[in-house]
Amino acid sequence: MPTETLITVDHISRYFGDHCAVSNISFTLQRGEVLGFLGPNGAGKTTTMNILCGVLAASSGKVSIAGYDSVEAHSQAKMHIGYLPERPPLYLDQTVDEYLLFCGRLRRISKAKLSGALLNSKQRCGLQDVGNRLIANLSKGYQQRVGIAQAIIHSPSLVVLDEPTVGLDPIQIVEIRELISELGEDHSVILSTHILPEAQSVCDRVLIIHEGKLVLDEHLNALHKNKQHKSFSIALNKPPVPEELLAMEGVMSVINLDRHRFRINHQPDKNLAATVAEKAVQAGWGLYELIPESNTLEDTFVQLTSGDIGNEQVDNKDI
Amino acid sequence: MIFNIAFNELRRLFLSPLAWIILAIVQFLLAIFFFVLLSSYLEPGSAFRGRGLTEIVVVGMLQIAGLLLVLVCPFLSMRLFSEEQRSGSLLLLMSSPISVTEMVLGKYLGMILFLSILLLVIALMPFALLLGSKLDYGQLASGLTGLALLMSTFSAIGLFASTLTRQPAAAGVSAFAVIFLLWIIHIAGNTGNEQMTSVFSYLSMLRHYNNLLSGMFSSVDVIYYILLSSCFIVLSIWRLDAMRSHH
Repeated sequence: MPTETLITVDHISRYFGDHCAVSNISFTLQRGEVLGFLGPNGAGKTTTMNILCGVLAASSGKVSIAGYDSVEAHSQAKMHIGYLPERPPLYLDQTVDEYLLFCGRLRRISKAKLSGALLNSKQRCGLQDVGNRLIANLSKGYQQRVGIAQAIIHSPSLVVLDEPTVGLDPIQIVEIRELISELGEDHSVILSTHILPEAQSVCDRVLIIHEGKLVLDEHLNALHKNKQHKSFSIALNKPPVPEELLAMEGVMSVINLDRHRFRINHQPDKNLAATVAEKAVQAGWGLYELIPESNTLEDTFVQLTSGDIGNEQVDNKDI
Repeated sequence: MIFNIAFNELRRLFLSPLAWIILAIVQFLLAIFFFVLLSSYLEPGSAFRGRGLTEIVVVGMLQIAGLLLVLVCPFLSMRLFSEEQRSGSLLLLMSSPISVTEMVLGKYLGMILFLSILLLVIALMPFALLLGSKLDYGQLASGLTGLALLMSTFSAIGLFASTLTRQPAAAGVSAFAVIFLLWIIHIAGNTGNEQMTSVFSYLSMLRHYNNLLSGMFSSVDVIYYILLSSCFIVLSIWRLDAMRSHH
């Protein structure tokens, strides 16, 4: 595993007037890591990414990229970054080739290497056949690919993608996700999204940002390991009283989802689903649905962004 | 890097119909005036009697060209940064390893390159007179220099206006307002005392242009335009820098 630190974000804050969009965020990113930025809309994800990419200056704090300070040595720092903003920054009236060549020159790729870089980035993003097409005439999915191609044309150490799958159809989403996973093999990637399964499928590590603050910085594996309980939901035609379910060995809590549905949280070391199914058959509860829930990220996310912690933060800010 | 941005800007300008339409319309309108002025030279009325070909036809046409540019330049310059802000493509430039100065100068140069093409096409008409006559080269050169300086100043004002708003139309109108005000500001001095008159007439772009057209190549006039252009270019750089840090 490569362990070289590529990016150090040191206590950055950003104010827009009196409004604090990003408050005191710090984290580091290793080379080759895929990092997911999660958070509800308006949480400060885009602002943080803009600061990383040098589009915005932080009101306080420092960002260093591959050892270069993002303010004092902004040119060198930006050489290591490829950025795809939420709306791909395309010139619709140009062809894909013209546009990508321009981007390559903007990133100071030497003349000799330019055509090689163009071919490489087109190939990686599946754009070989549309080089001569006008960007305006491409579908949204292809435009997104052109956006990604401009971000990787100079082989940056870090690729920053702001909600890369928004507005795409399900097939395009899968394709773009595959592309991102591929990118993760030889670039560091920072990816913002509010789609949790997306983060789960492509990221090594997630940061959850809520109201401008960093509320979680955890590897996905660790997130699964640290989970205090497992859960599944069942639907029963003739449900017993919840106490009866709660009385079973290993059950920690039972939540009534509606009249027929229950979520059962149980100790992680037991496979309780089978036991409950057997019991349901014996007692004639009319079991018709049993769904194991493994979405720990979603649990964590909801807990952190809507629960007590969120409220606490508001209080802190008021002080 | 400045040239990369400039040439890209120029290429994109020619991809849109705007550039072609502007070249065609300016040429068409000037050709009409050129023809009218040429006929009045051939059959001079009382107003034109005793004046030369250069003074009547060339200077007359360049005066009209200056006026046309007052109207045309804002249309061209309004897209420079406004459109990039609106479409989000400004983020491409902002996140690339280039400085704000390079970005602004590149855009400005792209605009200047296009206007040089326009200037070249405009200059072809007076040069066509050489087929049957002689021209006052000094006055012609001084006049064309004046037009070139006018173009660079208008572009700088338009450039700055386009950094202020993400709506191209708003940028165009504000650029037009500033250019028009500076064009005719000497009128404001007409009613004031002598000091006021001299100040306002010094500020007027039209006055300086007319000086150059009349063949009086004075460094004051040239410096005036260069100062004004640099001032607006610096303001644009500051403005874009401020977008990064304040907002």
